[in-house]
Amino acid sequence: MKSHTTAHRKSGLWIAAMVHRLSGLALACFLPLHFLALGLAIDGEAQLDRFLAWTANPWVKLAETTLVFLLTVHLLGGVRVLLLETLPWREGHKQLATAAVAAAALAAIAFLVRAA
Amino acid sequence: MAMAMAIEVSIWRGRANGRYQTFTVPLDQSQTVLDVVTWVQRKLDPTLAYRFACRVGMCGSCAMTVNGRPRWTCRTHISKVVEAGRVEIGPLANMPIIKDLVCDMAEFFAKWQRAKGAFAPGKSRHDPIERISPAAAERVAADAAIECINCAVCYAACDTVRWNENYLGPAALNRAWTLVNDVRDAGQRERLAALAADGGCHACHSHHSCQEHCPKALSPVRSIAGLKRRSLEAYVRGEL
Repeated sequence: MKSHTTAHRKSGLWIAAMVHRLSGLALACFLPLHFLALGLAIDGEAQLDRFLAWTANPWVKLAETTLVFLLTVHLLGGVRVLLLETLPWREGHKQLATAAVAAAALAAIAFLVRAA
Repeated sequence: MAMAMAIEVSIWRGRANGRYQTFTVPLDQSQTVLDVVTWVQRKLDPTLAYRFACRVGMCGSCAMTVNGRPRWTCRTHISKVVEAGRVEIGPLANMPIIKDLVCDMAEFFAKWQRAKGAFAPGKSRHDPIERISPAAAERVAADAAIECINCAVCYAACDTVRWNENYLGPAALNRAWTLVNDVRDAGQRERLAALAADGGCHACHSHHSCQEHCPKALSPVRSIAGLKRRSLEAYVRGEL
């Protein structure tokens, strides 16, 4: 039945939960690459310098900006869930989720401006 | 804008591997979705199976999926949901279909039992009646959740129910929250242990779909958050 599983997924807080989950998965995928890059420092200075020079590539900067967004949105989304589950109930979770996305976008833009 | 004189109504027929069948239904003033289904059953196809009882939003038996959204059909005007002269009506999701618009709610209610959603008395008829102040914090918390009509709209709208068959679901957990706040209840420790177990309150992902769809404007997600806090406190105290 095609329409039985769709309408409830248009809600802002359902989307916020998905953003939190997918950003977490994306960060988990990134983590091995991060450790790989850190591991270059052990292998020698020259190799690390070559890698750092490669990260000056605009496409890498754009990827890093995406990472900053994912990290911030996941962190703030997690804080929202912790607040929801540990403190007395408060309304306004849609506003909190929107603020988390806006703050993450601002952090990513600030990173891009500094990197440019 | 004036409504058309008739609408095309697609209604689910058969079981899970069934299909939508389209009927043409004349429109009437103040017509509800349930009125439309009843008209089809009485005038066009008496084999159409569906459930209803009170028709006034009290019994919770007429919930269906209308244009992809679970709703109580006796309190939903057709004018509110009709799109371009068409409306699609199916059974609630997350439960096996028995026939047409009737789904099997046995598991839904079995989960109420698993959530220990029944009052556990601790006194006899010889004890004096306990006085509960309407202003007591526990009573206020229970009041906010107590008007559930067991319609299963929240259960059908919940993706955690869809993804985790062990999950008790928002309605059962909301019911349990009202009992957790009943100071007369003598089964609190067992109830909290059942609620904190696998598939209990901690399985909720806080999608808020239950709150978005509840026709009684209740907030099961708020009740579940309360259960998460209570079980965490009990765990810290070594009671779980």
